[in-house]
Amino acid sequence: MNGKISKYIEKFIVYGLLIIVALMVILPVIWIVISSLQEGNSLFSSSFIPKKLTFKHYQALFKETDFLLWYWNTFKIAVANMIISLIITTLTAYIFSRYNFRGKKTTLITILVLQMFPSFLAMTAIFILLSKLNLLDTHLGLILVYSAGQIPYNAWLVKGYFDGIPKTLDEAARVDGAGHMTIFIKIIMPLAKPILVLIAITNFMGPWFDFIFPNLILRSQEKRTLAMGIFDWIQTGANDNFTMFAAGSILVAVPITILFLILQKHIVKGLSAGAVKG
Amino acid sequence: MSIDNQESIKKKEKSAMLMSALMMGLGQVYNKYLLKGIVFFLVEILFICNFKSIFTRLKGLITLGDTPQKMMGFKIVQGDHSIFMMVDGTIALILTLIFIGIYLFNIYDAKKSCTQKKEKNLKKYLYNVYDKNFIKIMLLPGTIAMIFFVILPILITVLVAFTNYSSPNHIPPRNLVDWVGFQNFVNIVKMNIWSDTFINLAIWTIIWAIASTALNYGCGLLLALLTSRNDIKFKGLWRTIYILPYAIPAFVSLLVFRLMFSGVGPINNLLVHMGLERLPFFTDALMAKVMLILINTWLGAPYFMILISGALTNIDSSLYEAARIDGATKWQQFREITLPMLLLQTAPVLILSFAFNFNNFSAIYLLTGGGPINSSYRYAGSTDILITWVYKLTKEQSQYQIASVISIILFIFIASISTWNFIRSKSFKEDE
Repeated sequence: MNGKISKYIEKFIVYGLLIIVALMVILPVIWIVISSLQEGNSLFSSSFIPKKLTFKHYQALFKETDFLLWYWNTFKIAVANMIISLIITTLTAYIFSRYNFRGKKTTLITILVLQMFPSFLAMTAIFILLSKLNLLDTHLGLILVYSAGQIPYNAWLVKGYFDGIPKTLDEAARVDGAGHMTIFIKIIMPLAKPILVLIAITNFMGPWFDFIFPNLILRSQEKRTLAMGIFDWIQTGANDNFTMFAAGSILVAVPITILFLILQKHIVKGLSAGAVKG
Repeated sequence: MSIDNQESIKKKEKSAMLMSALMMGLGQVYNKYLLKGIVFFLVEILFICNFKSIFTRLKGLITLGDTPQKMMGFKIVQGDHSIFMMVDGTIALILTLIFIGIYLFNIYDAKKSCTQKKEKNLKKYLYNVYDKNFIKIMLLPGTIAMIFFVILPILITVLVAFTNYSSPNHIPPRNLVDWVGFQNFVNIVKMNIWSDTFINLAIWTIIWAIASTALNYGCGLLLALLTSRNDIKFKGLWRTIYILPYAIPAFVSLLVFRLMFSGVGPINNLLVHMGLERLPFFTDALMAKVMLILINTWLGAPYFMILISGALTNIDSSLYEAARIDGATKWQQFREITLPMLLLQTAPVLILSFAFNFNNFSAIYLLTGGGPINSSYRYAGSTDILITWVYKLTKEQSQYQIASVISIILFIFIASISTWNFIRSKSFKEDE
């Protein structure tokens, strides 16, 4: 009898905790969704229970601001960054995982140490460098900075994953006459899918949230990216632009969040594989 | 016969190396590698043609310019731009080092080409070159990208730490910048206004990093234990909800929180509604710090939940059975089996997470922007961590020299922790 009661109490506590945490997670999300639909546009009048719902902020976003253009810019940069990064990173990781050469260990340690240097600490130098290369205020400059900056960290991550793929597979293929590239494309790549998805996703997502490098590199109004534009709304007047911000950030967050949830399994797999092997 | 042969090869090698040392590619041509020889020779021509400009640039790196900008009547006569000269000089230095590398390789190759059998068929020859140099070819794009966009900027940042590049008196093109040796490092220790700010921010940065990591881990553990229980319903649903903060772009959620808890935000409105006072969530120094850590937990706990859920399934269930037979309570099982096994598996990630939070720029910058203002700090607010201070020093105050010094200190600190962490990890040891 006593045991039964304590079991009920335990269940009560467990579900209580589950619900409380779920509420804490969801409340901010609900608030921002409601805010994007409420009348008026100031933060002051925002509350958890709106009086009237409207879609006019979403309409305004497309009609009165450059939101769509920013979206397109960011998308272009994200796709380019994803493709370039994926190619460079996997090739580098493949070499480090499968070949032995003089200075390999030193290079690996160098990459590891470089990875610790937050790339934006060197922003002044990057700015000068891009101005020398005539790449200021271009998307290409931004893409180059992104895809070069991610190499150290991701090359390590992917190398760790490649190491887990048995080398006997390569050797068998080599005996059958396969060349370096054939082994890489036909054997390693298909087996490394989870980590490739992880790399692709993180590189695709990066440009959507970064406001530091766009602020540093881009000048013209028509070249702006989303994060840059949205952050600007908050900086220049959080109160007046509030509902615009709410609608805009939902349009950014929803696709990314859905993409993440769909690919959850791959991401989790890649994440834990990379982390445990670390 | 064979000794004669060996000696003649040695002689041939010697003369080939000497030829290539005198003129790049000559030794290769001597051994009938015409194409390779021409390529090496072209590299040398390229270097010699640019030698003068490379030399002036290297000199510029040392002097950082000596003609300041002048006014001739109403016209401005441009002087030397020290920082551009520094960048140019550093690039010239890297190119020179690369050239020296190619030059040495050219001599080594001349020796090797004496004993190699030459492939007559050009297509086959090129394939052999590709096959033998596969490593170099594939590493080339990554290496070039890293040299110019990662290593070079870091190098320049380090160099700036040894100059007086700062507002208001040393900003090119108006003024020249000079080397000052270790003066900035001395200043940050000896000058009170710098050292006070630095030490206080460093202490807060460490508290912030430890508290964030510990809370993230603790809450992640709690969530993982809750959602891995077999007796709860809708397991998948709960997990999906809890993953949300990790899936939603942090950039967006941080700004949402900033507005939610701001002075006129809905939380304060709610408090007023309930007849309470408004709370200075982000404007009181202590409260802002607590809020930062709590909000960061909202963002960071799901990651650990995912990680720990995975690690939990790796624990051998027979351990629990054995413990149960021995009469261990649930708490004892948790303390003696679950926790140590988890910590063993996740220790590297824990350290990486500390390093990440130590430099968690966006959490601080997007939530409080370093505020509230603290007049006893130099160019920093109460909740600024070191990295946001560096950002402000660079972007807003143009104190590049001090920003570089702090960047170096941050880098050394984080790099030593992480390197130690990696070297003792498995994936590195496997390479031995």
